[in-house]
Amino acid sequence: MSTTTSHRAPQAPSLGRATLLVAEREITSQVRSKSFLISTAVLLVAILAGIVISGLMSQREPGTTPVAVVASVADSVSGSDLLEVTEVADREAAEEAVRSGDVDAAVVPGGEPLGVQVLAMDAAPDAVVGALTVAPEVELLDPAPADGGLRYLITFAFGLVFMTSVIGSGSMIAQNTVTEKQSRIVEILLSAVPARALLGGKILGNSAVALGQTAAIAAVAVLGLVVTGQDDVLTLIGMPLAWFVVFFAIGFVLLAGIFAASASLVSRVEDTGSVLQPAIWLTMVPYFLVVFFNDNELVLRIMSYVPFTAPVGMPVRLFLNEASWWEPLVALVVLVAATLAITALAARVYERSVLRMGGRVAVREALARSADA
Amino acid sequence: MLELQGVSRSFGDRRVLDDVSFTVGQGRLTGFVGGNGAGKTTTMRIILGVLAPHAGTVTLDGRPLDGARRARFGYMPEERGLYPKMKLAEQLTYLARLHGFDKGAAADRAHDLIDRLGLTERAGDPVESLSLGNQQRAQVAAALVHQPEVLVLDEPFSGLDPMAVEVVQSVLAERAAQGVPVLFSSHQLDVVERLCDDLVIIAGGRIRAAGSREELRRAHATERHEIVVAGDMGWLRDEPGARVDELAAGSAVFEADEATAQRVLREALARGPVQSFAPLRPSLAEIFREVITDEEPADAAGRTQELEAAR
Repeated sequence: MSTTTSHRAPQAPSLGRATLLVAEREITSQVRSKSFLISTAVLLVAILAGIVISGLMSQREPGTTPVAVVASVADSVSGSDLLEVTEVADREAAEEAVRSGDVDAAVVPGGEPLGVQVLAMDAAPDAVVGALTVAPEVELLDPAPADGGLRYLITFAFGLVFMTSVIGSGSMIAQNTVTEKQSRIVEILLSAVPARALLGGKILGNSAVALGQTAAIAAVAVLGLVVTGQDDVLTLIGMPLAWFVVFFAIGFVLLAGIFAASASLVSRVEDTGSVLQPAIWLTMVPYFLVVFFNDNELVLRIMSYVPFTAPVGMPVRLFLNEASWWEPLVALVVLVAATLAITALAARVYERSVLRMGGRVAVREALARSADA
Repeated sequence: MLELQGVSRSFGDRRVLDDVSFTVGQGRLTGFVGGNGAGKTTTMRIILGVLAPHAGTVTLDGRPLDGARRARFGYMPEERGLYPKMKLAEQLTYLARLHGFDKGAAADRAHDLIDRLGLTERAGDPVESLSLGNQQRAQVAAALVHQPEVLVLDEPFSGLDPMAVEVVQSVLAERAAQGVPVLFSSHQLDVVERLCDDLVIIAGGRIRAAGSREELRRAHATERHEIVVAGDMGWLRDEPGARVDELAAGSAVFEADEATAQRVLREALARGPVQSFAPLRPSLAEIFREVITDEEPADAAGRTQELEAAR
């Protein structure tokens, strides 16, 4: 083998270089895998389809809006073919009709100078207001704090994107960790590079993939909104979205460390499920909190500071205009500190348990053991 | 030279290595022989730093090993492991790069080894699609791809057909000829016997014998001789000082000291032509059996205490 002996063995790579090499492998192996490509494509198409369909729905010709009118002001809405007019006797009857949902709004006699007023449940019905010859005063019977539908949709989206991409990539990290352990290639790898490089590269590579995937989702969403002429939504979510990316990146590293350390405790792929439970719960908590408490300011305030929920909580509060300018900065500092502490801990657990075969290693044991294994 | 001194290791209460000391010389192919659970794999994992010893040291050329020096070792673990879904050539290239080779040199080395080990057609296949024998060759390649300064191979020949054994054997011999200390374990004693220069025999976590193959053979040589003649050897029974082990028409195996053996040879020559006469060298299997006969069956639980009591 004269050709191979001509290369003298070089120096071992530095920690940083080794980490990058591991990260590169993680990225290429994942980006090339069929399941990853297919699931990403399906996700992107679904998002695009959702945006296009909602765009088409909003551009559709509006149907007639049922409206109750007190007889004395019936003239003010006559001649509008967008309204389906029901005459009622007085304001009480009109209000009754609105509350029961028989009509979307009611036109009732109002004070000077217009002489008419519009009653509605939670939002001024555009069709009614537009149909009136004069701009009337609108009285809401049950006002919502913000646009309820959009509020729910955006908070839901932040929570969902974070949860699905962390669980997706986290499981990938966990699976790779256990596969390496099960196939014992980890022994060969660790005879070449330190455990920290292996863990660091894994987190770095998968974070890059997850961020790239999220960026692709964002790009498709923006593209879809612009193409379908709904780009006004962008001005609403632009700033919170930028913060979301920052929080996402760091929060992802935090959870990725936990996924890798958890997975290193077991030796067989079949055991991964149970050992990942705590990590998966941690990832689902922010989602359920925003879904169930998205109008509870106290819960949102607390979750916007707790490291595990901040990546979703803070952008949501920013979107709802409930946070002062300095709050995301404080939350970010807390998150970074927590991430540094937890990844150091995770690295310790990983180093101690990744070579231990057989049964499940207890976390306490992994942390307490001296450099024995 | 790779040297282990007084290496001990326990798992819980179970002592799996007890004061293990031996050396692997520069350019020597050293066979590491022992039964199941004797401590071979634990020893190798300690040499590689995958496991820490509870006592004792491992040194290379007199200096203790650290991570950087161990990174120049080539290791083939007991349980074969490569990324199942990664292509063979890519995988070997990746491993070489992890050891510091740049991309081009790493790829060259990977392909050279793949060709050398007869896997050329499989270079682009994922490892999981290779046959067991080919996976085994791939594993050998993974241990060699970074031009290691020391080779530690756990059962490199298990599961290989005779052709593949030849190939791997010649690759290892080549490395040894370049001055690399090579330690390999095996329980295929015939392969070890054919291939290795030195031998280390371990049983119950203790080194039972170590040295060059010839030395060991001499040390364990019995005074057995075999003689084949044209006529009949029946008269040997009455020869004083010679104990007959086997006797057939024209041949006999007997035990006798050197002087008696020579006398028997002269007597045989006087009676007719002698076709062959030679001292019987013990085979490795015989040495192995002899060395570990005083061992109870290989189950290590609580064995140390029993051994200590027996001593």
